[in-house]
Amino acid sequence: MAKKIIENKYQESTETKIDTEKRDFLFLTTGGLAIAGGALTAWSLINTMNPAKDVLALSSTEVDLTPIDEGQSLTVMWRGKPVFIKHRTQIEIQEAREVDIDSLKHKDLDESRVKNPSWLVVLGVCTHLGCVPLGQKVGDAKGDFGGWFCPCHGSHYDTSGRIRKGPAPLNLEVPPYEFVSEEIIKIG
Amino acid sequence: MKIGFIKYILIFFLSFHSINLYSAGKADLVEQKWPFDGFFGRFDQSSLQRGFQVYREVCAGCHGIRLVSFRDLAALGYTNDDIKSIASEYEIEDGPNDEGEMFTRFAKPSDKFVGPYRNKNEARASNNGSYPPDLSLIVKARAGGADYLYNLLNGYKEVPENFRLNDGMYYNTIYPGKQIAMPQPIYDDMVEYEDNTPASQDQIIRDVTSFLAWTAEPELDERKSIGVRVLLFLFLLTLMLYAVKRKIWRDVE
Amino acid sequence: MQVKSNNYTGVKKWVDERLPVFSFVEDNLTNYPTPKNLSYFWNFGSLAGITLVIMIVTGILLAMQYTANSDLAFDSVERIMRDVNNGWLLRYLHMNGAHMFFIVVYIHIFRGLYYGSYKSPREILWMLGVTILLLMMATAFMGYVLPWGQMSFWGATVITNLFSAFPIIGESIVTFLWGGFSVDNPTLSRFFVLHYLLPFAIVGVVVLHIVALHMHGSNNPLGIDVKSDGDTIPFHPYYTVKDYYGLGVFLIFYLGLVFFAPNFLGHPDNYIPADPLVTPAHIVPEWYFLPFYAILRAVPDKLMGVLLMFSAVAVLFILPWLDTHKVRSSQFRPYYKQFFWLFFVNCFVLGWVGAMPAEGIYVTISRIATAYYFIFFLVIMPLLSKFEKGRVLPSSIASSVLSDKFESAPDQSFAK
Repeated sequence: MAKKIIENKYQESTETKIDTEKRDFLFLTTGGLAIAGGALTAWSLINTMNPAKDVLALSSTEVDLTPIDEGQSLTVMWRGKPVFIKHRTQIEIQEAREVDIDSLKHKDLDESRVKNPSWLVVLGVCTHLGCVPLGQKVGDAKGDFGGWFCPCHGSHYDTSGRIRKGPAPLNLEVPPYEFVSEEIIKIG
Repeated sequence: MKIGFIKYILIFFLSFHSINLYSAGKADLVEQKWPFDGFFGRFDQSSLQRGFQVYREVCAGCHGIRLVSFRDLAALGYTNDDIKSIASEYEIEDGPNDEGEMFTRFAKPSDKFVGPYRNKNEARASNNGSYPPDLSLIVKARAGGADYLYNLLNGYKEVPENFRLNDGMYYNTIYPGKQIAMPQPIYDDMVEYEDNTPASQDQIIRDVTSFLAWTAEPELDERKSIGVRVLLFLFLLTLMLYAVKRKIWRDVE
Repeated sequence: MQVKSNNYTGVKKWVDERLPVFSFVEDNLTNYPTPKNLSYFWNFGSLAGITLVIMIVTGILLAMQYTANSDLAFDSVERIMRDVNNGWLLRYLHMNGAHMFFIVVYIHIFRGLYYGSYKSPREILWMLGVTILLLMMATAFMGYVLPWGQMSFWGATVITNLFSAFPIIGESIVTFLWGGFSVDNPTLSRFFVLHYLLPFAIVGVVVLHIVALHMHGSNNPLGIDVKSDGDTIPFHPYYTVKDYYGLGVFLIFYLGLVFFAPNFLGHPDNYIPADPLVTPAHIVPEWYFLPFYAILRAVPDKLMGVLLMFSAVAVLFILPWLDTHKVRSSQFRPYYKQFFWLFFVNCFVLGWVGAMPAEGIYVTISRIATAYYFIFFLVIMPLLSKFEKGRVLPSSIASSVLSDKFESAPDQSFAK
């Protein structure tokens, strides 16, 4: 035993330099491996906070449009958020289409925001900080442009749901939807 | 002592047939080989599909699988359209609608399976006072797991002469007390498999047991495939840590 | 007041004079002198700390998905298992983490018992450890109730009913604990809140445990005091790397269970939703409570059984005053060593008999084992303290390590 230890000591003194390099390489790879493993673990745990499968599966709602008369709106829930469905009048459609595109903050044609000009479908969530704008009910303030008005910080939206005045940076978002038949739309 | 402990743990890992500490005493179960046993075991999709067919044609009359969603069937190899059409064979209650009424509609992939009874009381009333349990977790909820279920379904035997069987009960050698309220559910050729597999009693039981093992542990395939990689990684890392430890400790006497 | 001077420069110096983070880390981790002869049994302290962190992290994430309501709890756990991304992993990590936590802590305690780590000057360190054990037991018990399966429900019913053993006030205590006339929704929600709260209390006591440890440093397999710098090495890198290596081995076992036998240590009945009308055939607590459960059932009298079970933990608190033998380590106490190993086996016997039905031969076995459990602490320990002659202790850790290398084990040299 004693002899072996003395031998080790001897080896150490001659190989010290090589040894340090080897040790550094070993340390680095081991440390790197451990950090990579830790990062993957951390991500797989944090990922539990992302939407679960049952939440993602509940992603479509069907709406019957027949009860909504011209000039009226309906609010439906989709993914926990309000969706505004507006049956627009000819005047409202005209107003939306006659705007000079270059004067808009978020340039978007009304034509590209609707599938059928009579029906505007937008998420009822202000693009500023997520409040629900007014304008769905008959007595509501509709803002300076006849669409919606967000009472939180004073954003005005027009009859195409586009931002015209106030702090909101973007137009009201159009959710994915399709006409299943003439009178039924499927959101999501 | 430490070595003994390690050996003990290793024996745990190597004997996965008895998946539970509390099932060790279940000597009367004949152990089966399942494709989903062991480190590399996975579910056999075609067997799961057959088992699902058996569940629908045989078990679903009395037993629900309320924790399983239709969309989960994708794991059995069904396409979205298959799942939609399977779901639309079920009706579920929804509502209230705009008039405040509850209504029934066809199920969607996001819905869960609908059981045969509205509640436990109805289930009891229709089954002579016995409650047919929900089968979603049955394999995990019984000591012995899949082996228990297999043995139970195969456990219907002639009643011995001196055995006193109560009214409406059936003799089963595996069930505690040897009498069970469920009549023997599975016989040879009672289903016609879509893939033309010969439907012997044993085959049917095997398939439906596999299916119910899946409903209990739908994560098994993913769990084991991640697990193998995790363990390999850990073996490597631990080995390297050991080398680092040896190097650092080399000059300590 | 004089500012403690430090050897840092620049920003480090400025910060350290105001908040001594750097010198704290240096004194308590980097340069912290540690006996150089610690065996792998000394890994289990840090392992327990790491397990506590794992439990808290997974627990917080689980609490974000769990619903503490008697109608929804079971299904919310199943939703975690089926729908939440990696939810099954999260839950199995937490569930098996509890088992691993007890395995690690029990080994840690047996190590303390074997090497006399509770003796002067480490009495308070030991008592804080027993406090942690008590808090862990309470936390684990309440956590087991949360999935609201059959064993959750009936375990909660049986254990809370223990308090009804106390005369006069017993019934009112139980009603108070339940917040009703049976284990029900109020019980579940308070258990959830306490299960979330207590781990942070454990963290607090763990901090005290470490402060107490660092007053006199770790005990060691020889049980003799550190006498010179030659006996110690700095904690970093020697024990940090040893702890990392130990952690790697630990994770192989732990994650092996999680990924390949996640329900091995659990009870199948807990996958049946709680039903107040049907009691499972055998109500068995989780394995880590089995020895205490056996002691409870060994006595035919309800109150006595309960008192005895609580005493089984309470007796650990006064351990430093039951065993007053000057020699710490069992290596130098041939008789104590024998009784220790008998005690160790006895704990397994208690655990085994706790899982068996309380009838026939099992009752007899549980009585003998219970008797030995208390005799070991209350009779054998004080007697040995008086009459046992220890072997000759090595003069220092350094000298023993050397003689260990060159000769054979020190066990050969008996005391005269």
